[in-house]
Amino acid sequence: MGRITLDKVTKSFGAVEVIPPLDLTIEDGEFTVFVGPSGCGKSTLLRLIAGLEDVSSGQIRIDSKDATDVPPARRGLAMVFQSYALYPHMSVRKNIAFPLRMARMDRAEIDRRVEAAASVLNLTDYLDRRPGQLSGGQRQRVAIGRAIVREPAAFLFDEPLSNLDAALRVGMRLEISELHERLTTTMIYVTHDQVEAMTMADRIVVLRAGHIEQVGSPLELYRTPRNLFVAGFIGSPRMNFIEGELARRVGAHTLGIRPEHIAVSDSGGEWSGTVGVSEHLGSDTMFHVHGTGLAETITVRADGEVGFKHGDRIHMTPRPDAMHRFDAAGLRIG
Amino acid sequence: MATRHSRSAARLMMAPAVILLLGWMLVPLTMTLWFSFRKYLPLRGGDLGWAGLENYSRFVSSSAFWPSVQATLIIVGGVLAITVCLGILLALLLDQPMWGQGVVRILVIAPFFVMPTVSALVWKNMFMDPVNGLFAHLFKAFGAEPVSWLSQAALPSIILIVSWQWLPFATLILLTAIQSLDREQLEAAEMDGAPPLKRFWHIILPHLSRAVTVVILIQTIFLLSVFAEIFVTTQGAFGTRTLTYLIFQRVLESQNVGLGSAGGVYAIILANIVALFLMRIVGKNLDR
Repeated sequence: MGRITLDKVTKSFGAVEVIPPLDLTIEDGEFTVFVGPSGCGKSTLLRLIAGLEDVSSGQIRIDSKDATDVPPARRGLAMVFQSYALYPHMSVRKNIAFPLRMARMDRAEIDRRVEAAASVLNLTDYLDRRPGQLSGGQRQRVAIGRAIVREPAAFLFDEPLSNLDAALRVGMRLEISELHERLTTTMIYVTHDQVEAMTMADRIVVLRAGHIEQVGSPLELYRTPRNLFVAGFIGSPRMNFIEGELARRVGAHTLGIRPEHIAVSDSGGEWSGTVGVSEHLGSDTMFHVHGTGLAETITVRADGEVGFKHGDRIHMTPRPDAMHRFDAAGLRIG
Repeated sequence: MATRHSRSAARLMMAPAVILLLGWMLVPLTMTLWFSFRKYLPLRGGDLGWAGLENYSRFVSSSAFWPSVQATLIIVGGVLAITVCLGILLALLLDQPMWGQGVVRILVIAPFFVMPTVSALVWKNMFMDPVNGLFAHLFKAFGAEPVSWLSQAALPSIILIVSWQWLPFATLILLTAIQSLDREQLEAAEMDGAPPLKRFWHIILPHLSRAVTVVILIQTIFLLSVFAEIFVTTQGAFGTRTLTYLIFQRVLESQNVGLGSAGGVYAIILANIVALFLMRIVGKNLDR
């Protein structure tokens, strides 16, 4: 069980209010991702849930029991840190067993659980090594192992993949997702990387300056972003924003169109411009188009084989049903 | 090419320093060895010729020898125990955020800048004097009989003085070690359910092991040759005659350079035995 409720939680450091009153419920078994630019308060929020920081006001309930003043160890949560925070002088086995030893569990049970966790995480061959002798990915798995042996009510991940290289990150992303499928325990995951958020989450919480901008499933956020911030943050490459005459004609202040919802052609289309930089990814090509008179740059995503060169004339046609309209305050219309 | 040239140039330029240091070490060592085999009494006829191993056997068979080795080891061990234990506690304390942190840290380091002779005189006259010392006043204030520290408890008193001098060094090194501990490790341990004492025992103390090793090794080197503190307080009386002090007495008070030199060679051997034990016990911490 692991249903976590935040009720008007605030956090201030001195005079600076990092988290203004915030309400959020995380359902049991849900994989929730907190995402936002750095400094948006997402790590602070996680640390409040963990109990490593005290809330300034408000209430945190875990399984509908008030946990606001419960010390971290007794909240039944396990945390994986960005730096892994492994104990360098202990072997992998001792690292994983540490929370169980602290709980005074009996030896046989500790051994059984450590072995089980090690086999789930492919760490059996490394149990007697020190963290210093492991690679980044293996250390990450030890940190996860140390969390799962406790069989917590919920897992908290604080940017766990940001210290890994790109290839390893994709691999670990899958492993964590699979782990969630297998354990079906509540997981809260903090990241600044919207790709991680989109690929892993059941539900994404987009934060900015301590405010929740939008909560929803990855596709909800992609299809119907509630405001300009979410629209620009979710999706890669970024959504194009068009202001001025064209937007006014459809009754909006700003018009949003994603790069993948624009068709390109060399003969004719609604808009036209000059190709600037083009990024070839093989599967797709991103064109940065200038001189359209709509915005400084319009980014377009086209098929990998489309062969426009720098300086070429390009014609573009947006998909009319994929246009997002926003009012002057940046809120979605319709 | 460039590297080979610069390497030989580097050797050439380092040579003066290396030769100076070697001479600095080798000349006194050779002279000590040479004198230890001579019968050399400066005020009673000077160099009286070859003595063979007589100086060595006389130094060891003297009734003062084993007590002096014992006193040396007690002082070294006592000071190490006090400075390491109190050093860890003080370092933990100073690591806490508090008002006036900078000033307090400088004050803690201050005793290290006081010369050994001066600090021993201050302790002897201002604290431990059985008539005018602060301790005597304190004892009298509670109606107790003042202790004459340097005669009734001479060895503990010297250990106290030397510990006071070396505590800042230990504290400083251990404090920097504590500050280098990753905060997330402590938070992880907190989440794992370790109460403060267990966090200290399982996380902080192992993290400090290397710094403790450094403190022990460096202090031992200096503590084996403690001299000024004994010279200005007990003059080697009341069981405070260390090996260093015994050698000093043989050379200067008995005017027997040969005998003292033999003692010096024994001191080298003792230092090496102690170093060997230390490396065995704590040195493995440095390998990591």
